[in-house]
Amino acid sequence: MKARLISTVVTVLAVSATAACGGGGASTSSSSGASKTLTYWASNQGSSLQADQAVLGPELAKFQKQTGVKVNLQVIGWPDLLNKILGATTSGQGPDVLNIGNTWAASLQATGAFVPFDTKALTAIGGQDKFVPASFATGGVVGKPVTSVPLYGLVYGLYYNKKMFADAGLQPPTTWQELQAAAAKLTIPAKNQYGMVLEGGSYTESVHFAFIFGQQNGGQPFDASGKPTFTSPGMVSGVKQYVDLVGKDKVVNPSNVQYKNGPEAPGDFAKGKAAMLMSQNNADNTLQADGMKSTDYGVVAIPTPSPLPAGGKDVASFVAGINLSIFKNTKNQAAALQFVKFMTSPEEQTILDKPFTALPVVKGGTVNFTDNKAEADAFAAVLATKAVPLPLVPAESEFETNVGNAVNGLLAEAATGKNVTTTEVKAALQAAQDKMAAAG
Amino acid sequence: MTTTNPTRAAVVAAPSRRRRPPWKGATPYLLVLPAVVLELLIHIIPMLVGIWMSFIQLTQFFIANWSQAPFVGLDNYKIALNFSSSIGQALFHSFTVSILYTLIVVGLAWLFGMSAAAVLQSGFRGRGGLRTLFLVPYSLPIYAGVITWSFMLQRDNGLVNHVLVNNLHILGSSPFWLIGNNAFFSMAIVALWRSWPFAFLMIMAGMQSIPDEVYQAAAVDGASVWQQLRHITLGMLRPVNVVLILMLFLWTFNDFNTPFVLFGATPPPSADLISIHIYDNSFINWNFGLGAAMSVLLLLFLLVVTGLYLLITNRRSRRA
Amino acid sequence: MHEPRSFRVFRVVVVVVLGLFTLVPLYVMLTSAIKPLGDVQGDFTWWPTHPTLSPFVDMWSTVPLGRYFMNSLVVSVVSTAFSVLIAIFAAYAVSRYRFFGRRIFTGTVLATQMFPGILFLLPLFLIFVNIDKTLGFTLLYQTRVGLIVTYLTFSLPFSIWMLASYLEGIPRELDEAARVDGCRTLGTLFRVVLPAARPGVIAVAVYAFMTAWGEILFASQMTNDATKTLSIGLQNYSTQINVYWNQVMAASLVVSLPVVIAFLLLQKYLVAGLTSGSVK
Repeated sequence: MKARLISTVVTVLAVSATAACGGGGASTSSSSGASKTLTYWASNQGSSLQADQAVLGPELAKFQKQTGVKVNLQVIGWPDLLNKILGATTSGQGPDVLNIGNTWAASLQATGAFVPFDTKALTAIGGQDKFVPASFATGGVVGKPVTSVPLYGLVYGLYYNKKMFADAGLQPPTTWQELQAAAAKLTIPAKNQYGMVLEGGSYTESVHFAFIFGQQNGGQPFDASGKPTFTSPGMVSGVKQYVDLVGKDKVVNPSNVQYKNGPEAPGDFAKGKAAMLMSQNNADNTLQADGMKSTDYGVVAIPTPSPLPAGGKDVASFVAGINLSIFKNTKNQAAALQFVKFMTSPEEQTILDKPFTALPVVKGGTVNFTDNKAEADAFAAVLATKAVPLPLVPAESEFETNVGNAVNGLLAEAATGKNVTTTEVKAALQAAQDKMAAAG
Repeated sequence: MTTTNPTRAAVVAAPSRRRRPPWKGATPYLLVLPAVVLELLIHIIPMLVGIWMSFIQLTQFFIANWSQAPFVGLDNYKIALNFSSSIGQALFHSFTVSILYTLIVVGLAWLFGMSAAAVLQSGFRGRGGLRTLFLVPYSLPIYAGVITWSFMLQRDNGLVNHVLVNNLHILGSSPFWLIGNNAFFSMAIVALWRSWPFAFLMIMAGMQSIPDEVYQAAAVDGASVWQQLRHITLGMLRPVNVVLILMLFLWTFNDFNTPFVLFGATPPPSADLISIHIYDNSFINWNFGLGAAMSVLLLLFLLVVTGLYLLITNRRSRRA
Repeated sequence: MHEPRSFRVFRVVVVVVLGLFTLVPLYVMLTSAIKPLGDVQGDFTWWPTHPTLSPFVDMWSTVPLGRYFMNSLVVSVVSTAFSVLIAIFAAYAVSRYRFFGRRIFTGTVLATQMFPGILFLLPLFLIFVNIDKTLGFTLLYQTRVGLIVTYLTFSLPFSIWMLASYLEGIPRELDEAARVDGCRTLGTLFRVVLPAARPGVIAVAVYAFMTAWGEILFASQMTNDATKTLSIGLQNYSTQINVYWNQVMAASLVVSLPVVIAFLLLQKYLVAGLTSGSVK
């Protein structure tokens, strides 16, 4: 009796355990040894993970046909990607090739877990010269071989609503003061319409703008030796310039400081709740998904204050984008290099830039993610002439977190009606800088 | 024979030192063996590794090669406990936020759970439905429940402000619930919404083991419902409550999911719970040594609190 | 039992307040699940402008919801089954036997509840990878088995403590009666003691299941595309283009339905207690 009971229980458990065993994780190619397979971790660039798989699938099949190497694709969402990379770096168990946000390049380079692209490797993927210099510069710290090469290019632009501007008799702004004036004119809180919309709760957006406007005001977040200089006058002015949009200029709906997922600000812009939007060029996807046509909006470079502050640069964006890295533990480095060469070839760039709304990172590429020629030209010009990489230091992700949070805090204060002066900005940046002291 | 004696359960529950139950040497050890093995593998050994992590400088430079990370002794702890520095202050602040949060959430969750269990004890029509309804928030995926609340707490579009300002006219203008100081209360409400059904469930199950006869005997003796609640129910639920409150305290204090889903990896300072604060310092800032040191400090604090708690509750039960 | 008016008033107040507290967010979820995307992105409306069931259809394709659901279900059910079983054994030992090391065991088990997950996340990950390397095949890395083993251990401490408490309340006479009838240890446990502790076992099983069902931190690190569970899978409705809130709500409701139904069915087990005539 007892034996029967026990054996039943054990059987049930065993059966359920086998159910669990089936369908286990796809093992990485590193363990499959000599067979020609690569594991590729792609980031989410399109409308969903499934959609990205559908876009990349045919290209990977093409690669297999050309080289005989099979590529196992995993599309990883942004909430997980960095942690997954961290896990792979820690354990030595991971993909062969992976996408990284290019702002992580210097930090990831410092881990030593990724293949440096020395002369030999660069030749294998087609040579350094084929890349747009600004994009290539994001691959790692200056002076060492980069550990990532650009894949998709993204830059910030100033989107404006053509109809709202035309109706108010305004031209797209060429200076920051013009932007402030236009925004003020188009801000009618009673109609729930504002001049500008921001993703005010996202620390990444905040730090990006802190950097851009810092550059415009002559500030650098790090000095030549890599020490943080967040409280330099240029950085403080830059951050204040951004926060003032909410606080002093009052051209932004205070509720925007709750926006943190990414598509909320473009969504508001698409619905006509704001006349201007500062965003990366892949906002096009959201705008069109929310019903705007590419003829409804125009794009110009984010303007600088006029005259340019002492030491300031005409910077309209940082060089954003996605880079490709090869994991050092790969058992198939030759195939991985072939894959990188394939993905960064002009043909693939043209094919993939459209669904992923990216700018080409190779020279001679045409901007094809939009039909709007003026928009395409504007973005291409920004990437070519007005974009600089974010600081290429190993402490870059700490910089992003600490400064991003500080700016978010300032935006929140401004949104709740408090007066945010230079003193407060400096104090917040000082606190952020102090936190860097212990960071690696 | 079913003699029902309210004190019998208490007597039986007390450890019987006089009589040794007859068992063959290995039985209890075999019974606990699976638990021991699993705890060692999943909890203890990784914990020891984690503690070791706190003594080395494990930053992005060494994450791929732990054995090469330099040994820094107590340096990470010094940084964490240096209350005149930004990092130390932030840790202390996070700590106070967590304590306040835990007290509010656990206190209210227990109160709600107890009240609901007490009023749903006697049968009436719809009781089963109500019980299921109350458990629904607990059964929903965390992400969905928390996201729903973040919808409701939006300043312009949220239901809460819609009702408070437009419908009930309690407030003049719409406040922010998700930034600034109000973020703390929003987080507490969301956590309460998810936690109180769990307390309800555990107390309800515990109440099932109190025999009806005990209540009947008390009623015959003239005790009112409130008196029965206080003396019988609370008394006999004591073992359950002791464990429940301790566990709720530990889980709420260590709560990572609620602030993470509600605010992302970087919450506003008023909602900077200790778990997510440490997560920030380790995963976001790539300083795992410091994060590990903070975690060990957290662990020590919880050990002390738990030790005191058990000491107090044991002493009171011996007096009772 | 005669209930004074104060208690009846109290009951009404409690039911109304807690009912509203529970129902209002549920209402928001329900209506959001049938709203078109524009509605959930804009101002709050009590009722959708155009009620639509398309979120319930689209949600399966935006995200591989079916796969995530199956993963969650398998992981949760299996880890619950093993966890409850192991906890029963351990709780029985703790409550019935005064063995050497008992206090150390219960103390350590309790102490594990204080371990912050972030501290041992990476080390555990490393241990899994190394076990796989030693074994030569993928057993724990990014598999459901790895997640199951992790989750079942997570719910052990509370389960053991809770069950030990319940078992304490069950009189030793039951055990002795069973032994007199010729049962050995396991027989006593399964045929006599456990049925008397059924509400406790059910409650603990619910807890173990929900712990596995809702865990986020370890799931995000320990799974890949094929083994991802619902708790983090739902986050993938937030994409680069749009956040499909209405689909998130629809998906959450659909995946919670079996859980809620299970709760409903378990009601009667929670009600049965010692009154089911154990000692006669």
